[in-house]
Amino acid sequence: MPAQPQTGPIAGRLPAETLAANFADLHPPLSAHEARVAADRCYFCHDAPCVTACPTSIDIPLFIREIQAGRPETAAREIFEANILGGICARVCPTEVLCEGACVREAAEGKPVEIGLLQRHATDSLMARQGHPFTRAAPTGRRVAVVGAGPAGLACAHRLARYGHEVVIYEGAPKPGGLNEYGIAAYKAVDDFAAREAAWIMGIGGIEVRHGQWLGREVTLEALRAEYDAVFLGIGLSGVNDLVVENPALEGVHDAVTFISALRQTRDLTTLPIGREVVVIGGGMTAIDCAVQARALGAESVTLVYRRGRDRMGASRWEQDLAAQRGVRLLFEAAPVALEGEGRLTGVVFERMAEGPEGLRPTGERFTLPADQMFRAVGQRIGETSGVETAHGKVVTQGCGRTTMDKVWAGGDCAAGGDDLTVTAVAQGRDAAEDIHGSLTE
Amino acid sequence: MADLTTRFLGIESPNPFWLASAPPTDKEYNVRRAFEAGWGGVVWKTLGAEGPPVVNVNGPRYGVLHGPDRRVLGLNNIELITDRDLETNLEEMARVKADYPDRALIASIMVPCEEAAWKAILPRVAETNADGIELNFGCPHGMSERGMGSAVGQVPEYIEMVARWCKQYYDRPVIVKLTPNITDIRKPAEAARRGGADAVSLINTINSITAVDLDRMAPEPTIDGKGSHGGYCGPAVKPIALSMVSEIARAEATRGMPISGIGGITTWRDAAEFMVLGAGTVQVCTAAMTYGFRIVEELCAGLSDWMDEEGYRSTADFVGAAVPNVTDWKNLNLNYVAKARIDQSLCIKCGRCYTACEDTSHQAIAMTPDRVFEVIDAECVACNLCVDVCPVESCIDMVPMAPGSLDPRTGRVVSGEHGDWTTHPNNPMAQAAE
Repeated sequence: MPAQPQTGPIAGRLPAETLAANFADLHPPLSAHEARVAADRCYFCHDAPCVTACPTSIDIPLFIREIQAGRPETAAREIFEANILGGICARVCPTEVLCEGACVREAAEGKPVEIGLLQRHATDSLMARQGHPFTRAAPTGRRVAVVGAGPAGLACAHRLARYGHEVVIYEGAPKPGGLNEYGIAAYKAVDDFAAREAAWIMGIGGIEVRHGQWLGREVTLEALRAEYDAVFLGIGLSGVNDLVVENPALEGVHDAVTFISALRQTRDLTTLPIGREVVVIGGGMTAIDCAVQARALGAESVTLVYRRGRDRMGASRWEQDLAAQRGVRLLFEAAPVALEGEGRLTGVVFERMAEGPEGLRPTGERFTLPADQMFRAVGQRIGETSGVETAHGKVVTQGCGRTTMDKVWAGGDCAAGGDDLTVTAVAQGRDAAEDIHGSLTE
Repeated sequence: MADLTTRFLGIESPNPFWLASAPPTDKEYNVRRAFEAGWGGVVWKTLGAEGPPVVNVNGPRYGVLHGPDRRVLGLNNIELITDRDLETNLEEMARVKADYPDRALIASIMVPCEEAAWKAILPRVAETNADGIELNFGCPHGMSERGMGSAVGQVPEYIEMVARWCKQYYDRPVIVKLTPNITDIRKPAEAARRGGADAVSLINTINSITAVDLDRMAPEPTIDGKGSHGGYCGPAVKPIALSMVSEIARAEATRGMPISGIGGITTWRDAAEFMVLGAGTVQVCTAAMTYGFRIVEELCAGLSDWMDEEGYRSTADFVGAAVPNVTDWKNLNLNYVAKARIDQSLCIKCGRCYTACEDTSHQAIAMTPDRVFEVIDAECVACNLCVDVCPVESCIDMVPMAPGSLDPRTGRVVSGEHGDWTTHPNNPMAQAAE
């Protein structure tokens, strides 16, 4: 008789081969022929709805036509012109609610053109080449500090570098990429893609990255404003929202972002501990990525619990279905109220919630899920902002990312107006760069 | 199941689907398998004169035009007539015909334009008991450089002359296969009829270069760095073939002359279209070369079902049925007025109709900010481009305006009378209406 699975977070629940399969590329790339066939389905719409739906306004029908005509690299230049992080966006964008959701073939037959996969085909083709597709303009002598090497910061830095400005990126983490490197599921960016993409972006030249530089610690905004002609803040959301429950300080309770970050930086996944009965609290993409990866690591059961109804979930229906397919149980309208256990977590007590006109209301009905590990994924909040004006937990910006502080721009998750998506961060970083360039060359 | 039995020039075949003279019919092995698969007839790969057989290139013989997903839309070839010796072919034909007496077996022939050459080969062919012969005056490549194939088909006098020899030295049906590489397809057909030929078959292949290799700067197919034009066939040539068939079917000089239709026939519907334009049988090649002999099952089943639905008892019931409706432009009713109508419930809002009309036509489609596309009747000339580019079948229709209604484009009342160019006031040659 096989041994009972052990309780408690332990490493090596699954053999290496199974882990490799579980963490393989979520959407394997199209072959050249598959890409031609997929591209042929595009109708080359007038004023195409997919373009309208893309936060970076990539000319999707045009790049798809270029793939169809046998020029994936030409297509990639079209993509990168609008979105220099087109590679990661092709992998992580919730296309089902963006371009593909808007595709007329989605309306017509429920089968949109596979825009995400086509974009990946094109960008992979060009990135596989030596060199960088864009040329840096002659140096202007102007210097810009970019804080944060996430999608917003990288997009901003690249656009500024193209214009010939000198860019220094201040990054706290040891690697660039931000959430792409530390915050998304491993199967969405296999083969070290986030790091490769960041290095490729730097290929434009004129960008220096200084790691271990946290805003407010190793570097201050005051000093940056004094030293540089402009400062762009792409600092993301470094704080993690807490969960107010009884008995919170138990072993086995973690933040989802910490778990995902550790997983992403672990070379040998057989060394990563995971619980037997895992509970994930939250309804966004981080909750889904955490839950699916917990299952993939070998947790016997994973239950994702969201306090509101399914329709209110931040994660798209496609992501919810992915989680369900991977064996995650989704529970709605229940909120944790207490943790059980002595020293170690053994269960989570939930209260059923009801959503009414006045908002979310506890019903008084309780139930307990056995759990030896729980992840909190109930949102993140802005961290150190060094005096830049914030409102509702975001840096206040106007126009193309101008903060209320002179010479300081902001974009990405830390700034107001985005949807906490990589692609939105790219758009904001790019647009801020254009505005910075405009102000520097006035 | 409708009976597909077809009589063409007195030759009976269990269905009107014949394999055209081409690579699929080059030898006994293929033809037996084709008959087993259900083909009604076969035109054997073209025989040449006795003596050393022709030689083919040893590199690519075919070039292709692909549609989406590498669908074969057009094929061209530079293969010559059979490269096996005459004796072998004749022996095989005789054996096959003996074993399949209910199938049509036609011998395709191409020998020099000399009476002696035809006089020599025709009795040999007759001995095989083939049901008839087809004179290959069509192939545009290779043999035409030696004064045969399309080089003959392009000179009506030669066609007439050779057809006459054939009728003189051969007592079974003679079909003349026509080349489309000519300005007026009626002329060679008339010549064939004058020469006494029993029927024409068309079209043979069209001069073509399917592609150019941009690395080698050479046309495809490429033989050691060079290419030569080949003969083009397959679905892409069907519209050209349909038109040529209809011209012969409706011309006074050739009306009633039996036609075997050829050119891109891929499905039962293609075959039916050729037949209603006057073809008594149809010949297939590219579709078989792409998908194999089994397609004949679909051809037979589809045609038969369609005949049942339409109440046709035999193929003769509908052969030529559409010919009376093929006319000259000058006879088209200029008083007929239609307008495009977009069915909003089917529209998927791609905007292709809008772009096509706005960029290249009459600016007759309006677009609202929320992507509703509407036809502007005051601009619409009913050109049909929107219908053609719309990806949704039946989403856009051309709806005729009722006589008596006002056409907002012209400001004129739609007439219920026929009025065409022959009587139009703008026509300097107009005949006054009596």
